[in-house]
Amino acid sequence: MAVIKAKGFYDTFDRSGTPTRDTHYCPGCGHGIIHKLLCEAMADMGIQDRTVIVNPIGCAVFGYYYWDVGNVGAAHGRAQSVATAINRTRPDSIVISYQGDGDLAAIGFNATFQAANRGEHVATFFVNNSTYGMTGGQMAPTTLLGQKTKTTPFGRAADHEGYPLCVCEALNQLKAPVYIARVSVADTKRIMEAKKAIRKALEIQVQKKGFAFVEILSPCPTNLGLDPLKAAQWEIEQSEQIFPLGTFRDISAEAESRKDPEPKPTPSEFFGGGTDVKAPEPDYAFGTKHIKIAGFGGQGILSLGLAIAEAARYSARYSSWFPSYGPEQRGGSSSCNVIVSGTPIGSPDAPQPDVLVCMNRPSYDRFAKDVPKGGVILCDATVEITEQPPEGVKLFMMPSLKLATEFGVPKATNTVMLAALAHLGVTGLATEQLLNALDDSFKKKPKLIPINRDIFQKAYAWCEANWKA
Amino acid sequence: MTKFVKGNEAVVIGALYAGCDAFFGYPITPASEVAQMAALYFPSVGKEFLQAECETSSINMVYGAASTGKLSMTATSGPGMSLMQEGISYLAGAELPGVIVTVQRAGPGLGNVYPEQGDYNQAVKGGGHGNYHCLVLAPGNVQEMCDLTMKAFELSFKYRNPVIVIADAVLGQMMETLRLPEKESPRPDTSAWAAEGNAKTRGNLITSIFLNAPQQEEHNIHLQAKYRKIEAAEQMAECYRTDDAEIVLCAYGTSSRICRSAVDALREGGVKVGMFRPQTLYPFPEKALAEVAEGRKLMVVEMSAGQFRDDIALHLGRRAETIPLVNRMGGILVTVEQVIDAVKGLA
Repeated sequence: MAVIKAKGFYDTFDRSGTPTRDTHYCPGCGHGIIHKLLCEAMADMGIQDRTVIVNPIGCAVFGYYYWDVGNVGAAHGRAQSVATAINRTRPDSIVISYQGDGDLAAIGFNATFQAANRGEHVATFFVNNSTYGMTGGQMAPTTLLGQKTKTTPFGRAADHEGYPLCVCEALNQLKAPVYIARVSVADTKRIMEAKKAIRKALEIQVQKKGFAFVEILSPCPTNLGLDPLKAAQWEIEQSEQIFPLGTFRDISAEAESRKDPEPKPTPSEFFGGGTDVKAPEPDYAFGTKHIKIAGFGGQGILSLGLAIAEAARYSARYSSWFPSYGPEQRGGSSSCNVIVSGTPIGSPDAPQPDVLVCMNRPSYDRFAKDVPKGGVILCDATVEITEQPPEGVKLFMMPSLKLATEFGVPKATNTVMLAALAHLGVTGLATEQLLNALDDSFKKKPKLIPINRDIFQKAYAWCEANWKA
Repeated sequence: MTKFVKGNEAVVIGALYAGCDAFFGYPITPASEVAQMAALYFPSVGKEFLQAECETSSINMVYGAASTGKLSMTATSGPGMSLMQEGISYLAGAELPGVIVTVQRAGPGLGNVYPEQGDYNQAVKGGGHGNYHCLVLAPGNVQEMCDLTMKAFELSFKYRNPVIVIADAVLGQMMETLRLPEKESPRPDTSAWAAEGNAKTRGNLITSIFLNAPQQEEHNIHLQAKYRKIEAAEQMAECYRTDDAEIVLCAYGTSSRICRSAVDALREGGVKVGMFRPQTLYPFPEKALAEVAEGRKLMVVEMSAGQFRDDIALHLGRRAETIPLVNRMGGILVTVEQVIDAVKGLA
């Protein structure tokens, strides 16, 4: 017997385990017709080399037995996510997602909706056969009202299982899709329409225009309990009542083709450059400074800590910065721990800080008692001290808000405090490096660099004048 | 060349030097900065960043990119990591490379956003279905957040297997000096197996289904053989001041930082103590552990209920209860003092 080779298919379906030319589908199933329309279209368009089909879970799980293209099997409901990534990382490939109604419209509905909304360049073929075929005929989102399935033995009821889900209509609410159509393979006339829609969806991919969605009503004689002809008739008479055929949208003529990306620097080029700073080497003589900075959010607490830590990096010292974060950062209080060390840093936490900077009273009340003997507390002058610091701990009051306001930038309290820390010499870091770090913290607002340098110098002078004795 | 960055940012830098093509993620504290920095840096060097609609989608996007031979990753924390377990099992089953960074927070359930190490078993023992392993790398500082992410991509493609980088809220949120990698990693050749969307790879198939049971068993046996190879070749650990130690602390991640401070402080007081720090949790560095444990007292420090100690004990053939445990849970750090006191109690 002469064998006519079907275009776009493997010659024999070896992946099924035997070199057969029969598919695994039941007699009268629509999948075979849809496969043929799809494979013929791919072959005619000459796109098989660059096509990747995402194989679904469901009756078409073994699509890769047949489709002579690159094949990727996805988890149930995840095909659109998988297809999205293929499209994003291989923009020159043709990406096809072939899915059933459970996969696409139940477990994978959000992924479908989101991918459509992003306008992923994916041709999606949605086979609606009103049931879960592979698992043996349970209810699908597309099961009709009154239809009996293994999990709706009394018939689907609107007040219990809800209504059949009309996916084309739902996707048609979105702006991004380029093409949305519903077709059927229940008779020859309908198959010819389906053929056109499938080709249209693929052409949109070739033209790099975007998301194309074709829903295909497909008979499932086995689970409908009907012979193939009656099952096809059921699709036409019953299914189309709820799922009317037609083109819901076609903006392929207006849609613009995706442009090729512009060349970009390599990571080395992007991250390299700038001033070279040596990595730290151990220096045991330097010791370790534990610094805690605390206050209200908006007082520049985190950036003050960061400036100290950065200054340590410029000095080739080890340093770490560990912030309060999460809900705390939105709740008003803010704090960070900075360690500056001559050796690699272990714990980045500073529960017993050698240096504590308090910008408000709650910070003083919470942390001052933990400062060990020999430590220093630097406090904004507005903080009311009701309890003296622990024995052997020096307390310095700094009118940071007053000075910053006098110097013209009330927000610059942290710059004033940095100057005070520089004057006290408690960070172990050179003033010049603290200044460099301060400059760097305004990298994105270079106008503020000279202003803050000036504030720093004035605040430093204030400390010299007032703390000398 | 150095840069002062958060651990979460170092991950992104390491990924890009490794040649990562795409980042797919969903925000979650305390891992969000990984996605945020990826959103900034990936497009800057011509790579893809996409915020997915959920973690389930993120991990399946990693699966999709990996299917075509691209380097891709995601980053998340506890609840998100739980959602990804299905996808991780599929990656392992289909033998796809991909890097998953988990910045642990406190659980179970919603828990809170503070540091914990309670997701040890989830990463190391596998939270998904089936007989599989992920390689699990455990950075202990910001430098390793970068370096081990690079390493993760290398191992992931070498073995065609998902690799988890397990950090915690402290490592993700803290900043340290990062020495930038010297150069980009070479690109792996994936044309033998990936569906790259070209003529050469048209015959390639990515799947984890073997409906035929003997074939599925054969696939499992193949995977197990791969894991044995990984166990033999890829163990990594740091032994810190253990040469003359009488007591060895066992810890990974942030707990190891606490232990490093404790070891230094105790050494100043003349206590002979050191630390064993796994950098790979799977494969577990059992050879280094066996050497360092020989004739020494052990103590485990972790921010979880003994999950890590169970593995220390398992690999030494002991009962877990025979090894003292210092731990905190719920988002509270073990303190250096707590460790020092416990060691003094043991000495």
